[in-house]
Amino acid sequence: MLILRGSIRFPEFTAKVDVTAPISGIVGLFGPSGHGKTTLLRMAAGLERGHNAYVEYDGEVWQDDATGIFVPPHRRRLGFVFQDAHLFPHLTAGGNLDYAARRAKQGRTDLTPEQVTEILDLGPLLHRRVQDLSGGEAQRVAIGRALVSRPRLLLMDEPLSALDLRRKMEILPYIERLRDEMDLPVLYVTHSLDELSRLADHVLLIRDGSVVAEGAVPEVMQRMDLGPMLGRFEAGVIVEGPIVAQDKTYAMTDLAIGDQVLRMPRIEADLGTVVRIRIRARDVSIAIEQPAGLSIRNVLRTRITEIFGEDGAFAEVLMDLEGTGLRSRITRESVDRLGLKPGMSVFALIKSSAVDRRLIPGGGKRSPNSSSGIIPNA
Amino acid sequence: MSPGDLSAILLTLKLAGATALILILIGTPLAWWLAHTRSKLRWIIEPAVALPLVLPPTVLGFYLLILLGPAGTIGGAWVQLTGETLAFSFSGLLIASVIYSLPFTVQPLQTAFQSVGSKHMEAAATLGASPFDAFMTIASPIAIRGYITAAVLTFAHTIGEFGVVLMVGGNIPEKTRMISIAIFEHVETLSYDEAHRLSAGLLVFSFLVLMAVTILHRRAPVRAG
Repeated sequence: MLILRGSIRFPEFTAKVDVTAPISGIVGLFGPSGHGKTTLLRMAAGLERGHNAYVEYDGEVWQDDATGIFVPPHRRRLGFVFQDAHLFPHLTAGGNLDYAARRAKQGRTDLTPEQVTEILDLGPLLHRRVQDLSGGEAQRVAIGRALVSRPRLLLMDEPLSALDLRRKMEILPYIERLRDEMDLPVLYVTHSLDELSRLADHVLLIRDGSVVAEGAVPEVMQRMDLGPMLGRFEAGVIVEGPIVAQDKTYAMTDLAIGDQVLRMPRIEADLGTVVRIRIRARDVSIAIEQPAGLSIRNVLRTRITEIFGEDGAFAEVLMDLEGTGLRSRITRESVDRLGLKPGMSVFALIKSSAVDRRLIPGGGKRSPNSSSGIIPNA
Repeated sequence: MSPGDLSAILLTLKLAGATALILILIGTPLAWWLAHTRSKLRWIIEPAVALPLVLPPTVLGFYLLILLGPAGTIGGAWVQLTGETLAFSFSGLLIASVIYSLPFTVQPLQTAFQSVGSKHMEAAATLGASPFDAFMTIASPIAIRGYITAAVLTFAHTIGEFGVVLMVGGNIPEKTRMISIAIFEHVETLSYDEAHRLSAGLLVFSFLVLMAVTILHRRAPVRAG
């Protein structure tokens, strides 16, 4: 459990901080830029003092301004991965790892530097000068360096945001590997829904330094009231299901969502692998009858649970798809013309191409059972 | 070369070396503090450090002489402690040189520390390095160019000083007579040959030092960022 309380002064505003986070697996700190996510992380690390602050981790008080307690960062035994790697420029990549290893104490992760090197595939980089590493390589070394110091808690501050898409895709699998192979709690700051949905188990939605919503990632993602926070075009849901068929001829993959099948561009994975995908509300249309002669392959039977009208042209419709929430963003005009009402059975049309391959995350090693049955909680 | 000139050269080198050494030791924490503090005190300390750059050396020398003389605060205490006077002694010269050359050490170091920034120190802290550990293993090596510049400039500047040296040290052969004063005396007594020898030597030396710095700078790895 991580507790952060106090106030932080930003140039434009002062935020009251009050965060209590269960820390296990990867916990995402998510929210728009400039809302204090990074500052929260720095406060947890002791790099930022805040005012009247109280910081506690795992029952250990790290900062309590009321009693004058402040454990300096180097005694907190945490790892911090910065936005741009912050590798020491006068050392080689391997030298950076050694620097951390020499100062490591018995920690929660008992991985040896060799194991870290193996997991992150750092072997070929060790003798390179830091200046000669690409952005992605440098960030991998930085993650390795943090791990080698044997932290009890890993703090990652938008570790992928400085990288282009290709480098991002290069690193994501490594972070997934860490999540699956190490028992290390991670606090992961990001403003990218893709990273969040792919990596995090639990999410804290941050606005103005405070938590406005929290919960399991799929649940938080489909909450209607958070639409404005998540950004209009980003609004959507996360759906999970096992792969049930691979169509080599058309390079398509079928996912089972309850009794129905969602067909999408091919995912390279074995049958039975649970895959998480994000379906954005703007990519879902609604039909009241089974449509014919349509290019859209995914026509799924759903039931409307709620409709949220807005002031503008649009409405958001929340549907129940085999126990999973599905969101659709259509015009209010369509809602009235079709006579949509809560409780109605309708067909949700999802364009296969809307499920961007890059947005298709691996579901890690979770078993199909543990992640099924996401009940809308709006 | 006369024995007098030789001893002046050796004495000058000794003074410059000792000054550079002491100033690196004193200047490092001072420059670090100036580079990182948010205290208002810096608005006083920073110009005070730079003062020797603009003050006529004779002004500085005059006040130092008063301060270091047997009647002065420091000079008086020194007499009580050691039985010797600070003014017109090598120790007095050393104190004066340290003050006179302060900006030549502090300013390059401060610039170097500022460009190291806080990010590497923060990274080191999260890896378990104490602030002192991080300073020795991260900030100093990254700021190595600043150290080279500071040491060489301080050394060279001390060799060339005249006004302060004359005021505080006087012109005692083998004790306080520096190269610059020896040259002055040679000119006064119209022994231009000797003056030429020392002057040309100083000219070549200064040029070589600056050339060495330029080359070292090129060779020292760029460690910005």
